[in-house]
Amino acid sequence: MSNTIHDMGGMHGFGKVEAEPNEPVFHAPWEGRVHALQRAIGAAGLWSIDGGRASIETLPPTTYLSASYYQKWFLGLERRVIRYGLVGEDELAAGHSLRAGTPLPNKITPADAAKPPIRGNFARPASAPARFKPGDRVRTREMNPATHTRLPRYARDKEGVVEAIRGCHVYPDTAALDVHNENPQWLYTVVFTGKELWGDEADPAIKVSIEAFEPYLLPA
Amino acid sequence: MPDHQHDHDHSELSDIQLRVRALETILTEKGYVDPAALDLLVEAYETKIGPKNGARLVARAWIDPDFKAALLKDATAAANASGHFSPVGSHLIAVENTPQTHNLVVCTLCSCYPWEVLGLPPVWYKSAPYRSRAVIDPKGVLADFGVTLPADTEIRIWDSTAETRFIVVPMRPPGTENWSEDRLSEIVTRDCMIGTGLPMPEGAR
Repeated sequence: MSNTIHDMGGMHGFGKVEAEPNEPVFHAPWEGRVHALQRAIGAAGLWSIDGGRASIETLPPTTYLSASYYQKWFLGLERRVIRYGLVGEDELAAGHSLRAGTPLPNKITPADAAKPPIRGNFARPASAPARFKPGDRVRTREMNPATHTRLPRYARDKEGVVEAIRGCHVYPDTAALDVHNENPQWLYTVVFTGKELWGDEADPAIKVSIEAFEPYLLPA
Repeated sequence: MPDHQHDHDHSELSDIQLRVRALETILTEKGYVDPAALDLLVEAYETKIGPKNGARLVARAWIDPDFKAALLKDATAAANASGHFSPVGSHLIAVENTPQTHNLVVCTLCSCYPWEVLGLPPVWYKSAPYRSRAVIDPKGVLADFGVTLPADTEIRIWDSTAETRFIVVPMRPPGTENWSEDRLSEIVTRDCMIGTGLPMPEGAR
């Protein structure tokens, strides 16, 4: 959802950033298993990357804030395997399979997993020319959809400048709801001054950019 | 055995190990995943894909102006042409620190990070303090990392809100003029390529 707890940019009160010296890649073996499970099941293509994000964003806020990163990944994954019919609640309760699975469109084999991983390509052919060009002044829309979006709250209804066109990409707002509804949209880097985002007291030395899909933008 | 009577209390978190094991068992029994493949997926990020990959690109950019130009123009193509271990899928963008501008990368909405060149992100990068403050108080965040910039340096924050991914190319420190690419790559830390650190030649071997 859009105005859920994950949208943290500009919030106060979370304290200092605490870096862990010599941090391991995974802090416990189960974290690595969650990471791998997510990637292995994600490869089936039943949901989009934003569908995955949405299932984490909509965790109860108290859970979102208290769970570790891979706990959140796990809780989101558990929700998805149930929602997409891969696993039943009864099976989770039993701790083992109670029914045969139906074959997935794609399954990662050890031979696949031995190759260096390669990230998906999100670029798609455009159905119309880009509406904006670098240098254009734009205003982000005021929008509060009840569903997933990638326009952060702190950058809504703000005036900025298009710095670059990044191509035409899968649109998260629709692909989160249905992996087949890619609805490709032009993607731009849009830069804002600190003052525009945070007011007169903002540090004049800062500029912030977001990666904004065309439906998020209006001419300024 | 996972206890689903208590989905919304603390046990949801404390029995996580058992629940992960149960889910893997179920998915394996149903034929959806192969544990041997999972082992390899874990191993790739534990042993092969990490910030050393990105550090090599930066060190090479410092030494080879043509490579640097190519990296800044199209980091995906430049990284892939350089024989980089992990193929860069797409949409990698390199941003260069200059005396005028310091770059800082964040994902305020989740944890977007250039895995292929930096490996998996550290906990702090995915944490609420970093995600909330980087866009409103970047100097405070940099101070948490012991980094102070000249007062007239512009700080440019890149919020990774789409599938584009960013790697910072830090400035090559003075005193490293005769260093080899290998030696240079050792001072290009993960934090340098996120923007929360600066390369420190005096700390290098």
